[in-house]
Amino acid sequence: MSDVPILKVENLCKSYGDLEVLKSVSFEVRKGEKKVFVGPSGTGKSTLLRCINQLTAPDSGFVYLNGEEIVHSGKKINAYRQKMGMVFQNFNLFDHLTAVRNVELALLKVKKMDRKSAREKAMYELEQVGMADRADFYPAQLSGGQAQRVSIARALAMDPEVMLFDEPTSALDPELKREVMEVMRTLAAQGMTCIVVTHEMKFATSFATEIYLMEKGEIVEHGPPSEIPTSPNFVKTRAFMGSYADE
Amino acid sequence: MFESISAVTNSAGYILGGVGVTLLLVGLSLFIGFICGIVLTLGQVYGPALVRRFVGVYVWFFRGLPNIVLLFLFYFALFPFMGFDMPAFGVAVTVLGLRSAAYQSQIFRGAIQSLSDGQMLAARSLGMTRWQAIRSIILPQSLRLSLPGWSNEYPVLLTDSSVAYVIGVAELLTRTSQVISRTGEPMILYLTCAVIFILLNYGGMMIIQYVEKKVRIPGFGNNEAECL
Ligand SMILES: Nc1ncnc2c1ncn2[C@@H]1O[C@H](COP(=O)(O)OP(=O)(O)OP(=O)(O)O)[C@@H](O)[C@H]1O
Ligand SMILES: [Mg+2]
Repeated sequence: MSDVPILKVENLCKSYGDLEVLKSVSFEVRKGEKKVFVGPSGTGKSTLLRCINQLTAPDSGFVYLNGEEIVHSGKKINAYRQKMGMVFQNFNLFDHLTAVRNVELALLKVKKMDRKSAREKAMYELEQVGMADRADFYPAQLSGGQAQRVSIARALAMDPEVMLFDEPTSALDPELKREVMEVMRTLAAQGMTCIVVTHEMKFATSFATEIYLMEKGEIVEHGPPSEIPTSPNFVKTRAFMGSYADE
Repeated sequence: MFESISAVTNSAGYILGGVGVTLLLVGLSLFIGFICGIVLTLGQVYGPALVRRFVGVYVWFFRGLPNIVLLFLFYFALFPFMGFDMPAFGVAVTVLGLRSAAYQSQIFRGAIQSLSDGQMLAARSLGMTRWQAIRSIILPQSLRLSLPGWSNEYPVLLTDSSVAYVIGVAELLTRTSQVISRTGEPMILYLTCAVIFILLNYGGMMIIQYVEKKVRIPGFGNNEAECL
């Protein structure tokens, strides 16, 4: 592992009005690590992910991508964002485009690839997530699990260095959760660096290299998956995580 | 009687020419309204506070005044005052177009606001600029969603276009009236005029429906009803 972390988050703070959603959150991610964030609803996990790729501007604090500070990077943020693939709870596929067009759009517009190479790359990524046979389907014609796999392919097509997953399986039925988790595991096995927010504890413990427990805008505990699920802090908070499913 | 009928048929070409003028008037106004409407909407949804305020006032102004007042205002007062020597047709296109822009901007705005924030977030997360996201995602989606609103705007503009009569634009109604004053056949001529308007209305709606079908995307917008 190199000395410079892929991603370093330093004292991130974010408030909405009087509500402090993030209270000085700091952590580092090195190449190949899988950091999984768990915690009760409304503790700022989604906000944290969005403050990392600047979809939400933090009030203070820093984010370093390969050692470069990106919070105050102005227009360069568009280049940095390509390196941080994001997967949303509701997929957010572009509703007016087929699966393959969803994947190739940013290749054409952002990476300025020519049509042929963009299409090839998009088809390759769809194959990776087992969706090549649905390339010409529109989002409304896909199941939730299929849509989420396409959205993963869309993010992967930009060749990101780290993937941010915000509850990628929360909107899915158990059967469909599994197919998305399968894709994530394959990705992890290929060495992709991942930051995942999830409510699936079983998945978290088998997937993570480190689990972070968040509560009211703070990381209250973190450690290897062998420790967190039995830590007193986690057991205590777990009572408030009503929706935590066990896969 | 026969004399006047033949006078009417002799004027057919002249009246049909009026149909051309009406269509040109409506077409150009819709086009101006479309382009300006998009610009206004983008200003209102994504622009800074000052631009949003301007669009608000613009929409309020053009939707708040009767067409005929706007026409007189621009034709007899504003344009001459500003030194524009514009023919009546140009003034009518400008006024109807700018007014339609106010209405169309509100159709587009409703459509944009009905899109989920996730579309923009996903686009930005891939490294697209805001403008790229607007062009490739927000506009294609919201324009599709605007088509039903458009099928309201077209008949309104078509019927409104006859107000250009008051500043002497040689459109359908103007020419019909001229022929009537020469031949004294109001019944047949006004009926003809009415039928032509109805046909233009119908034809335009067919085109809009055709476009709607052409750009339809499975599961996008409100076309589930079709499956029932
Ligand atoms: N744009 C916003 N404006 C105002 N408040 C917001 C906004 N976004 C989030 N919040 C608030 O910030 C808090 C944290 O939200 P966030 O979505 O980050 O929580 P979360 O940990 O992801 O919760 P969940 O597990 O339910 O997804 C919540 O109380 C939420 O209401
Ligand atoms: Mg969340």
